[in-house]
Amino acid sequence: MSIKEDLYYSEDHEWVKETEDCLIIGVTDFAQAELGDIVFVELPEVGEEFDKDDSFGVLESVKAVSDTFIPVSGQVIAINEELEDNPELINEDPYNKGWLIKLDPADDSELDDLLSAEEYAEFIEEE
Amino acid sequence: MKKTVLNQLHKDLGAKMTDFGGWEMPVEYEGIITEHKSVRKNCGLFDVSHMGEILIKGKNAGKSVQKIITNNLDKLNDGQILYTPICQPDGGIIDDLLVYRLSLEKYLLVVNASNIEKDFSWVENHLLADTIVENMSDQYAMLALQGPASRSILTKLITADLETLAYYSFINEKILKNKVIISRTGYTGELGYELYFEPAAARTIWQEIMAAGEEYDLKPCGLGARDTLRLEKLYALYGNDIDEQTNPFTANLAWTVDLEKDDFIGKQALIEIKKNGFQQKLTAFKIIGRGIARSGDKVYIKNQKIGQVTSGSYSPILKQGIGMAYLDNEYTKIGAEIEIKVRNRKLKAKVVKGPFV
Repeated sequence: MSIKEDLYYSEDHEWVKETEDCLIIGVTDFAQAELGDIVFVELPEVGEEFDKDDSFGVLESVKAVSDTFIPVSGQVIAINEELEDNPELINEDPYNKGWLIKLDPADDSELDDLLSAEEYAEFIEEE
Repeated sequence: MKKTVLNQLHKDLGAKMTDFGGWEMPVEYEGIITEHKSVRKNCGLFDVSHMGEILIKGKNAGKSVQKIITNNLDKLNDGQILYTPICQPDGGIIDDLLVYRLSLEKYLLVVNASNIEKDFSWVENHLLADTIVENMSDQYAMLALQGPASRSILTKLITADLETLAYYSFINEKILKNKVIISRTGYTGELGYELYFEPAAARTIWQEIMAAGEEYDLKPCGLGARDTLRLEKLYALYGNDIDEQTNPFTANLAWTVDLEKDDFIGKQALIEIKKNGFQQKLTAFKIIGRGIARSGDKVYIKNQKIGQVTSGSYSPILKQGIGMAYLDNEYTKIGAEIEIKVRNRKLKAKVVKGPFV
C-alpha cells in the first residue's frame, strides 16, 4: 500500500497536496484498492463551493459506490476531466494522474487538522 | 467463517477476501474487470469449493429425485447433468441445482453453498423407501475452469478426449493420480468445465491447472468476476433473483418445469400459477448513460413503482450498468423505458432482451 510523504491525509481516505496556488485533492491508494475497479466518476462543477466534510463527488466501482468528502473548505477551480473517459486512472495512479479536483481553500489553517503520512499509515493500520 | 481448503492459497496470491454466505471467499485477485475479460477472451480458474454436494442412492433414488425436482429426470442417461429448481408445495423456489446421474441408482446434487443444510433436510424429509441421502459437501473440493482456452488447458492434463464431452455431461478422469469428475458446465456462459475431487488434492490440482494454463494466460478469478460474468448471461443467482418468494415462472425458468411428468412437490401450485398468470416477471435492463443500479433499488415509470432490482452491476464488456429486476408484467416489453432510483436520483434504463453478451 503506498502512502506519499509530502501529502496531507483525511480519515475519509482523501489526500491533499499543497501547491503554490491551490490544493490538489484525490483519493489514497488504500481507498482505490478497497473500492476495486472504478468505472464511473462524478465530480463537481468548477466554481462550486464546499464546506469541509461535504460530499463533493462519487466514485463507483464494479462492486460498490462511495462518496468523496472534501477535507478542506473552498472553491473548486479545476476538475480532472480525464477521469470521465478513463476512471481507471484512479486505480492505476491515485496520487498523480488520478487526482480529482483542484481547490482554492477558504482557510489554510484547516490543513492543520489533517493527518500526516505517518499518522495516516497508523490510521489505516487500525481500520 | 467457513473456509475452503484453498483459503490460504488465495491469500498467498494476494486475493481480496469477502464473506459470501458465511464463507470466506476470494472476491478478486488482480481486479474484477481484468478477470472478467480474461474469462471471455482466454480462461479463468475459480475456487467454488463452497458449493454443496448431496448424494442420493438406492433402489428409489431416481424416484426420490424426480419427486423433489421440477425438471424431468427421464431426460438423463448416466454421465449427464440436469439443471433444475426444487420447489415448496406453493411453488416457491427452495434452491436451484444440478443433478448428476452417476448411475441409475445414484445421483449427486450440486447445490448453492448457503442452502446446503436446508436442501439436505428437505431431501431427507421427502426420501422414498430404500433410499439414502448423504451430505458429501466436506468430501468434495470444486474448481471451475472457464473460458475459450479451457479445453486446451484441461486436455494437457488428462487422457480423455474433451471434444466429445457434450454440454451438461461429465466423465471420471484422473489428474496426477487424483480422481476427478470433469463436467462440462459453468456459470459464465463460456466453454468451460467444473471439476470435483477430494479436498486433499485441491492444491495440487489448482497448481497443475495454473501451470498448464500459463501459455494461455490463465488467471485465478474471484467471485466478483463470477457475478459479473453470470449477470451478462442473465443466469439467476439464488438469494438475489430467485428465492422462496419467487417461482420458476416469474423467474423465466419455465423451461425447467415439466408439468407433464408424474407428481412432484409444487406441481399443483405451478399448474395454477401457469393457468392464472403471474404479476411480475424477472426482466433484463440496461442503464442508459452512466451509473449502476444495485440489488434492492426500486424501479418506476413516471412516479409509479413497478418493481425492484434483484441483481445490478457493471458489464465490463458493454461498459455500462446492467441488471435484472422483477417488474409488473405490463412493463416488461423489450424497449420499454423505465427509471431506477439509485441513491438520491433516478437513472434512466431500458428493458432489453437478454443475454447481454
